[in-house]
Parts: sequence; structure tokens; C-alpha cells
Amino acid sequence: MTSATAVKEVHTTHERQGFLKTYIFSLDHKMIAKQFLLLGLFMIWIGGGLALLLRWQLAYPEQPLPLIGASEQYLETGEPQSSMDRFWDSELSKSDDEQGWLTKRMPVGIITPAFYNALFTMHATIMIFFVVMPILIGCFGNFLIPLMIGAGDMAFPSLNMLSFWIAVLAGIIMIAGFLVPGGHAASGWTAYAPLSSDPTWTGVDWGQNLWCISLVVLGISSLMGSINYITTIINMRAPGMTFMRLPLVIWSLFIVAILLLLALPVLTAAIAMLLFDRLAGTTFFNAAGGGDPLLWQHLFWFFGHPEVYILILPAMGVVSEILPVFSRKPIFGYKAMVLALSGIAFLGWIVWGHHMFQSGMNPALGATFMISTMLISVPSAIKTFNWLGTLWGGNITFPAPMLNALAFVSMFVIGGLSGIYMASTVVDIFIHDTYYIVAHIHYVVFGGSIFGLFAAAYYWFPKMFGRMMNQTLSKVHFWFTFIPFNCTFFPMHILGIGGHMRRIYNPMQYEFLQQFEGWNIFISISAFVLGFSQLIFLFNFFWSMFKGKKADDNPWKATTLEWTTATPPPHGNFDVLPTVYHGPCEYSVPGAKKDFTMQTENVDLQAMSGNGGNGA
Amino acid sequence: MTSRTADFDQIELAEDTREVRKRHGSGAPPGIIDDDFDPGNDANGETRPSIGNAFIATLLFLGADIMLFAGLIGAFVVFRYGAENWPPPGQPRLPVGVTAINTAILLLSGFLMAHTWRLLAGRNRHQIVKWLLAVLALGVAFLMVQGYEWLRLLDFGLKLSSGVFGATFYTLIGCHALHVIGAVIWLSAVSLRIRLSSHAFDERRIESVKLIGMYWFLVVALWPILYGLVYWS
Repeated sequence: MTSATAVKEVHTTHERQGFLKTYIFSLDHKMIAKQFLLLGLFMIWIGGGLALLLRWQLAYPEQPLPLIGASEQYLETGEPQSSMDRFWDSELSKSDDEQGWLTKRMPVGIITPAFYNALFTMHATIMIFFVVMPILIGCFGNFLIPLMIGAGDMAFPSLNMLSFWIAVLAGIIMIAGFLVPGGHAASGWTAYAPLSSDPTWTGVDWGQNLWCISLVVLGISSLMGSINYITTIINMRAPGMTFMRLPLVIWSLFIVAILLLLALPVLTAAIAMLLFDRLAGTTFFNAAGGGDPLLWQHLFWFFGHPEVYILILPAMGVVSEILPVFSRKPIFGYKAMVLALSGIAFLGWIVWGHHMFQSGMNPALGATFMISTMLISVPSAIKTFNWLGTLWGGNITFPAPMLNALAFVSMFVIGGLSGIYMASTVVDIFIHDTYYIVAHIHYVVFGGSIFGLFAAAYYWFPKMFGRMMNQTLSKVHFWFTFIPFNCTFFPMHILGIGGHMRRIYNPMQYEFLQQFEGWNIFISISAFVLGFSQLIFLFNFFWSMFKGKKADDNPWKATTLEWTTATPPPHGNFDVLPTVYHGPCEYSVPGAKKDFTMQTENVDLQAMSGNGGNGA
Repeated sequence: MTSRTADFDQIELAEDTREVRKRHGSGAPPGIIDDDFDPGNDANGETRPSIGNAFIATLLFLGADIMLFAGLIGAFVVFRYGAENWPPPGQPRLPVGVTAINTAILLLSGFLMAHTWRLLAGRNRHQIVKWLLAVLALGVAFLMVQGYEWLRLLDFGLKLSSGVFGATFYTLIGCHALHVIGAVIWLSAVSLRIRLSSHAFDERRIESVKLIGMYWFLVVALWPILYGLVYWS
């Protein structure tokens, strides 16, 4: 292909920049995307590790952790047996001030209740703000937007770089919280006041302050990112790339950027008030001083519910991109998909109260929120049936991206359906704050966002790094994720119906929960398998980056613009600006010579098929 | 107009978009919105989209800013209309009269900024700087009056920590004051650059005045709302 060689020439003649400019303070959206990806892949191990510690405590309450915990004999007799025993022996003989970091949090390897609270708080915080958002929005947003709309880079490359490094700063502040005296924030990722607003309740001092500061800093990063994304999509589209020819993943990122832009400032305002309560003696959220703890919940969830869609919409876009490619069919109902995305984004603003049914809110208001929440199932169902319609009668193949995309669709349906139960105020009285909620949120955010993330990683890896990921390992990883995922989170529905509380240090202290010990052990073992099988992905990822099979320019035979340029794309992405003639999903057009038509191919599909191409 | 056959081996990467358009007679491939729409060539200054990137970015930033105030105003409204007595007994009254004058000062600065916008087309650098400095002076005057008010209120015992009355007052009005300070700094930088640079008063200078103007308008427009809500109610 002559055009591709021309592109490569441009690449080689491009003036080489120094290490710092190429890899650290890069202005290139593709490098910034990779930086966001690495940030997320680093944080996912911290967030995941915290989850595994939680699961240990729930399955084996108040028993020493394996490997680092003290032995049973030592706990019974006080006689050190192993080197760990001797370590704990010497630690426990020290005074409070001298004891190490580990001893304060898990003496003899037993997680303390205070540390348990910090664990679930930080697991959620890190996974939401430092894994899903950096990877799905930071990485794939940055990588895909210019490539798929046919632009040379983002509208504001410097702002883009700044956005990444501010996110790193926020990450450092968040991690620093683990090291300060008093431990990290322990009031849940929702930081409900007055638990969060008054240090005397949790004993957490600077941990919670750093949590607040980190999220404000991250908000600045997201603000920069979202302004950049929206401006780029509005102004930098290639000739012919109308809004109704945008790939759906770009549509989803566009809408997510709008949500981010408008939702995060509200969180910033709320956190500023929270910080004033903690540091400046105000009483915004303290009833004793004339404040209102419920105000925090309203402000938090006014941000928090759009945030949920911020996490899931990009994954929906990714799946809408992948299903047509591996079914060799156009997406079913492109326009309906766009409208459903917009509908979900709009409804996301008026449903926040469904998180607060049990807060003592006016029941009439609860009914309003119930109805608006149930309305969301309409656009969600439109999307689901359109995905099914896309698959129907398609020529389906099952490489790793497709497997993960199919997992997304099926898991999202389970998570979506359990959402309808919770949206009903009456049912919610029973399942509120139980493991049913934990099951739901993980079916949506792990089963949804994370499978979407894996699908995207497998699908665009060749374009990002120029090599294919190992297909066998990818599939092994998929099944070792999909099955343990369901073993981990499906039984949580059962626990929830049984009244198992959501945030409880030791469920075994309640007689009515003791029957669930077996389930808890089963869930934890599945979670350990789930956690450790991610090592397969990690290995495959870095191994393929250097040793994988070289990828050609369009390995999946897809139609969108990123596949028209070289692999990996050069500086400036395209040697000449592409011109767009079709919508993003022209697969198997009747009468066309091959089963896919690139967006840049100047052919008259309407004349070929007799009744118009697929979609726009 | 010749229609080409689809052939996978020859994926058409247009060598020159303009040339392609020429070949198509009317110029635009199907669905093109704007013939001059040529993104990516910004750096060469050949053609630009109808609304500049910086304008869109500033508008979006203003949208985010409004949401920040929405959060703070929401909190204020909850406390104000949930309270039986406002201001609570024992708390000082807010200076409604002086602030009315201050409101007038800020509104006037907004009108002057609008006037400056109208002068932009004339490209008279000295005239524009003169009006910008007038806007700047009014902004600084607003800040000084408000600073003086704050000192008096502190004297009367209204502190950030004196209940939700003091807390909402200082966070909401303080947040606006921070915005005015930001606007004053931004405007000083823009004025200084126009004044000092030997460069002609070109499109980029016009844009810089328009961008700070947009921000200035937001800061001005927010104030009467805050004044009505916080001082009058």
C-alpha cells in the first residue's frame, strides 16, 4: 500500500525528540494515552490488592493473613515459630509510637476494623477515579478521538499533557493518604457526613483531608480533559465526518466529557465545604452547628450518579464499535444508539435521589426519583436490543475483543436488571446497604466497564503498539476472568437477599449471617482466582508489546479512520487528512465487492445496494 | 463525477482533499457541512472552523464554573430557606446599601467591557487599552469595597466558623471574589500584552480580548444573582 509507506517515511524523517519530550512530557495524544493506560494499570493492582484483603477478612474473619500473618501456634502459645512470628513478636513489644506501618493496620496479620474501613473506602475510590476513569476516558479518549475523527492531534496538546500530570499528582496525594498517621479515609467512597466531616467519628485526620484534596486536584485534570475532548470533537473532525458519521465510541466519549464537565464542579463545591468543615470550623454538614448532613448526600449524588454513567458510557461505546466488526454487520439502529446515549446522559441528572431512599427523604420525592430512575431502563433496553440486533444473523467470530464485548452485554443486562429492583422504593427498603448493592455495582462497573476496558485494550492494542496480543493467552485470560467474576459477584445477590450488610467488618458476629460463611469463603476464593488471573493479562500485555506478532494496518478489517493509517500511527496521525464518505459501520453492504467499506472509500453505496447504505 | 469501484487494496487516502473536492465538481463529498472546514490546518492559518477552539474551550469552562456556583448556591438555598430566622439572631446584618453601589460598579464594568468589544473592529490599540484599563479599575474598585466590607464584618464578629450564616456567606461570596481576582489578573495580562507588544493588533489580540471578556461577563452576570440571594433575602 503506497499510502502507508509514505506515512512511514514521514515518521522516520520526523525530527527525533529527546527522551523527556517523547516519553514524559509528550504532547502527542497517543503517548499521553499510553501514559494514562500505565497509570491505570499501576493503580488497578493497588485497588485490586485492597479488595483481596477485604475478601480475606470476610471469608476468614480476624484470622492472620497467609504469608505475612503470624502462625497459629504463635497466637496460641506466644512462642515464635517462623520468621514472621519473630517479626510480629518484636513489633508487638515496641511502644505505640515505634510500631511500624503494618503493625498499626494489621497486628500479627489480622486486619483491624479501622483498617477494614479504609480498605473498602480506598478500593472504591481508587478503582473509580484512578483505574476506570484514567483508562476508559483518559487512555482511550485520548487515543481514539483524534484518530477516529481524522485529526492530527487534540485541540490543546499542552492542556492534554497538563491534564495527565495533574492526574498523576492527584494519584500521589491519594496514595500518600495511606502513609499519614490516623490512616486513610475510612468513611466509604461516598464520604457521608458527619462520618467524613468530623475527625472524631473515624479517628481519621489527614487521610480524609488528602482524599478531599486529591479529588479536587483530579477534578481539575478531568476538567482540562473534558474541555479538550469536546472542543476536539466539535472542531477538528475531518472533512465529511459529520456528527452522524462519528463512530459510536466517539459519541459516547463526547457525551461523557459533557457529563464530566458539568458533574465534577459540583463535587468540587461539596468537597470544598467538607474541607472547611474539617479544617476551618464551619458546620455545613454538622446538624449540631445548624448544618445538614443530608446536604452532603444530595450534592455528592448529584455528582455521583452522572459519575456512574461516566464509568459505563465509554464501555458502551467501545462495545458498539466492536460488535459490528466481529459480526460483519452494521450496528443496529445507529441513530437510536446516539439518542439512547443522550437520553441516558440526560436522565442521569434527575435520578440522584434513588441513592437516598433510606435517608429520611420525603417519600413523595422518593416516588419521583423511582419513576425517573425506571425511565432509564428505556434507553438502556434500546441499547441492549440494538446490540442483540447487531449480532442477529451476523457472521460472528470470537477473538478476545469480541468475547469481552459479549461479556459486557450479558453482564450489563444482569447489572441493569438488578438495578430495576433497587430503583423500586419498596424493595429498596429491604436491600438497601446490603450485598445486593455490592453485587449490582460490580456487575455494572466490573462486568460492564472493566470488560469494556479489556475489550478495548485487546481491540486497539495493535494500533497502539504495532503488535498483536497473543490470542491464546487473551482467551485464557478471558475465561479465567469471566467465570471467577460470576462466581465472585453472583452469590453476593444471595447474601444481599439474606440481609448481609454491605460494610461490615465481621459478619460472623451475627447469628443470622453465620449460615453464609460457606458463601463468603466461596466468594473470596473466586475473588483470589479473579485477582491473580489478571497476571495473565499483565504478562500478555507487556510481552506482546515487545515480542508480539507484528500487526498490519487493519488487522480486524474494520472501517473506521484509525485503521486507514499506519500501525502504529506516526506523528500527526495521517500523512494527509482523510476525507470521509460513509458512516462508521458499512459492513456487508449488499452489492459491495468486499464485506467492509472504509469510511474514506469514495464509492456510492446507495447505488450499489439500491436502497441506500447502512445508516448515514 | 466518476464513481469509483470499491477495491480493498486501494483504500483511498485522499492525497489532497481539495483536489478530491475539485474532482467531484460541486466540491463537497456527500455530507460535508462546510466547505472551508479544514481542521488540522490551523497552524498554517489557511482555513479555520467557524468558531475557534479557544472560544469553545472558554464557553465550556464557563459552563463548568456555573455548575460550581450551582453547588454552592444550592447549599445556600437549603440553609437560607430551611432557617426560621435569617440572619440568625446575634449575627450582624449584611451591608445592603454599600453593596448596592458595589453592584453598580461591577455592572458598569460589564457595560464597559461590552463597549470595548464594539471597538475591537476598529483595531485602535490605544483606544482599546484605555477602555480595558477602565474595566480593570472598576474591577479593582469592586474588590476593594468588598474587602473593606469583609474587614468590617469580621470586626462585627461574622466569621467563617460562625454557623451556616457565616459559612455560606464567606464561601459563596468568597468564591465569587476569587473569580473577580482571577478576572482582574487575566485582564491585566491581556491589557499589558496589547500595550507593550509592538505587534500589530491582529486577530489573536482580538481573540484574547474576547476570551477575557466572556469570563468577565460571567463574573458580572453572577453577581446580581448572588447579591439578591445573599444580601436581600
